[in-house]
Amino acid sequence: MLTETDKYNVVQAPPGVEGSGFFATSLDKAVGLARKNSLWPLPFATSCCGIEFMATMASTYDLGRFGAERLSFSPRQADLLMVMGTIAKKMGPILRQVYEQMAEPKWVLSMGACASSGGIFDTYSVLQGIDRIIPVDVYIPGCPPRPEQVIDGILRIQDLVGKESLRRRNTPEYKALLAQYGIE
Amino acid sequence: MSNELLTYISEKLKAGIGNGLLKAEMAYDFPVFEIERDSIHLAIKLLKEDPDTDFHFLTTLCGLHYPDNKGKELGLMYQLHNLPKNHRIRLKTFFPVQDPTVPTITDLFPAANWMERQEYDFYGIKFQGHPNLKRILNMDEMNYFPMRKEFPLEDATRTDKDDTMFGR
Amino acid sequence: MNKEIIYTGENKFIDPVTGQEKEFTTLNLGPTHPATHGIFQNILKMDGEVVLDAEPTVGYIHRAFEKIAERRPFYQITVLTDRMNYCSSPINNMGWHMTVEKLLKAEIPKRAEYLRVIIMELSRISDHIICNTVIGVDTGAMTGFLYLFQWRELIYEIFEEICGARLTTNIGRIGGMERDFSEIAWKKIHKFMDEFPDKLREFEKLVTRNRIFMDRTIGCGGISGQNALAYGFTGPNLRAAGIDYDVRVMNPYSSYQDFDFKVPVGTNGDVYDRFMVRGQEMWESLSIIRQAIDKMPKGDFHADLPEFYLPPKEEVYNQMEALIYHFKIVMGENDVPVGEVYHAVEGGNGELGFYLISDGGRTPYRLHFRRPCFIYYQAYPEIIKGGMLSDAVLTMSSMNVIAGELDA
Repeated sequence: MLTETDKYNVVQAPPGVEGSGFFATSLDKAVGLARKNSLWPLPFATSCCGIEFMATMASTYDLGRFGAERLSFSPRQADLLMVMGTIAKKMGPILRQVYEQMAEPKWVLSMGACASSGGIFDTYSVLQGIDRIIPVDVYIPGCPPRPEQVIDGILRIQDLVGKESLRRRNTPEYKALLAQYGIE
Repeated sequence: MSNELLTYISEKLKAGIGNGLLKAEMAYDFPVFEIERDSIHLAIKLLKEDPDTDFHFLTTLCGLHYPDNKGKELGLMYQLHNLPKNHRIRLKTFFPVQDPTVPTITDLFPAANWMERQEYDFYGIKFQGHPNLKRILNMDEMNYFPMRKEFPLEDATRTDKDDTMFGR
Repeated sequence: MNKEIIYTGENKFIDPVTGQEKEFTTLNLGPTHPATHGIFQNILKMDGEVVLDAEPTVGYIHRAFEKIAERRPFYQITVLTDRMNYCSSPINNMGWHMTVEKLLKAEIPKRAEYLRVIIMELSRISDHIICNTVIGVDTGAMTGFLYLFQWRELIYEIFEEICGARLTTNIGRIGGMERDFSEIAWKKIHKFMDEFPDKLREFEKLVTRNRIFMDRTIGCGGISGQNALAYGFTGPNLRAAGIDYDVRVMNPYSSYQDFDFKVPVGTNGDVYDRFMVRGQEMWESLSIIRQAIDKMPKGDFHADLPEFYLPPKEEVYNQMEALIYHFKIVMGENDVPVGEVYHAVEGGNGELGFYLISDGGRTPYRLHFRRPCFIYYQAYPEIIKGGMLSDAVLTMSSMNVIAGELDA
């Protein structure tokens, strides 16, 4: 017999203490659960990968199933920066500015070979990987990656988001990480 | 067909620019004319405005660089098209790298605007009379012309490439 | 509105209608604006909602294709062409292969050419689906996009079956196709041919005679035929302006002369005409594919070009000669004739030209791509002047400007 949860495939509650009329769990877990299933991605699509991202968003693959169908084109309201496609040196400062404009907590997904490493474009005009200017959480390989891979990348991001401690962004380690990139 | 076009255009050009026409030959299916830099603008203008030839469509133009060709290192290739008759021709002009100036053809073809900016960006060819000659694809701060043969393709900031195993 | 606007100060201009001095606003549209598909920057001078002037900046994904091409053997350049107009990569691939074949003066068997035609027309459809549905999205009709993309996936599946990749296909080889279509590929093509026309008709029903869509697009972003020619327009955008220039008809390549198809033209060159021309071209493409399937000749799927066409793997493993050729091809050690060729194909956006100078070396001496987007996008400020900001957005999507092709 199908239970209500099976039918709608809702996310399971984190482990906690349950009684009549209450459910107690740690704040970290509750917030992580909420965050990871309502990601607002900012698509920073520059080239070929953007077209494959369109396919991921469209009906056949439907990223909306993972709570990430609300694209936020404003960096101020986005949680997840999805960098898709070649980032030229001319584009580098703009990408960095967009990253700096995003509010904490923020995550970065680098989609495709070009964004991750420069890919086949080892040329004078192409930035050899966005991790030279901003920190990256998840890399998706492929040129371009298939929509399934993109979905997998989003799931990996969700894992990170769900498990992240609420204090991580205030730790000296995180500050040191940002300082490496020269981001205040 | 194409050979007739070659002789026909050669005669037109000879009448128009005289000794400015240096060479006329076939390159595969294209009549190619090499024209002196001083007459290139006039030649294109003639070909465009003469109702018989009527080359009113600029297909493309691109820069060329032959470093070993002393005195004629840099060049430009123009490709013109007469759509109703489907005549296509190619014009070339060469000039020394020390003096890379060429008259602009933006007054004849507005389409040449960005193409010329691109060739300025790539080769440093200065188009005299161009309304807005500045870099288009690369950053304004770039201090060299990357498509010239002496400049490397690779990004100079890569440190992960190890040449000890594979002689690159 | 085509009067010259006189600027009197830092942010002041004289209103051409009233003759009074007014203040204008500067609006930075792009490079990461959701309405600019791909990354373009336009610095707009706005009088309220009306665009007075625009200054486009491009080059945000300049990847130096032409420079890379000077350092890569011929068969490796196919990979670069994929990434130029990534909405219709197979057309770029085929264009490049045909350019090299022209240089080699190779004779390509009919079957290979017909297979190429099928692939090229499929990718033209996939290109136009993106453009037309995105015009829909920009006018507020998301439905068409979500709906037609399901059948666009079928095209991807066909490509995947033929070459193994969905988007950046690297399809075909210099000399023909790398393999004949498999049984499954044919099945998928037939499935697409059976299902897609109905869906396309539904999409057209949804949009073409829709009053809101028509009001929004007719007379918006128009350009005259004369101007379009002067700005070097080609492809659907030129045809929408009423000039019937199509490379497939003018300089037939890959046996296009064998097929019977119409070249749709518009009259006003506005967004609606571009939309209609692209829509009609999809129908013509479908008809070409159907003809190609019906008339598919028997024979070889690649030319006899041992210097360029990789020998079959079984022979490479068992025969000396095949192994040598394989090695030579992969290392790019083959003799290429000296010469210069120009070959143009009708890409998704217009005349996609390859100008190749070979000095006999393993790489091209110079390879210039005539990228239709790059050439016609410079007319963009001219087109949007005097229109509304929302029309400017719509005009951009209707021109189908592809960043990868534009910036090369």
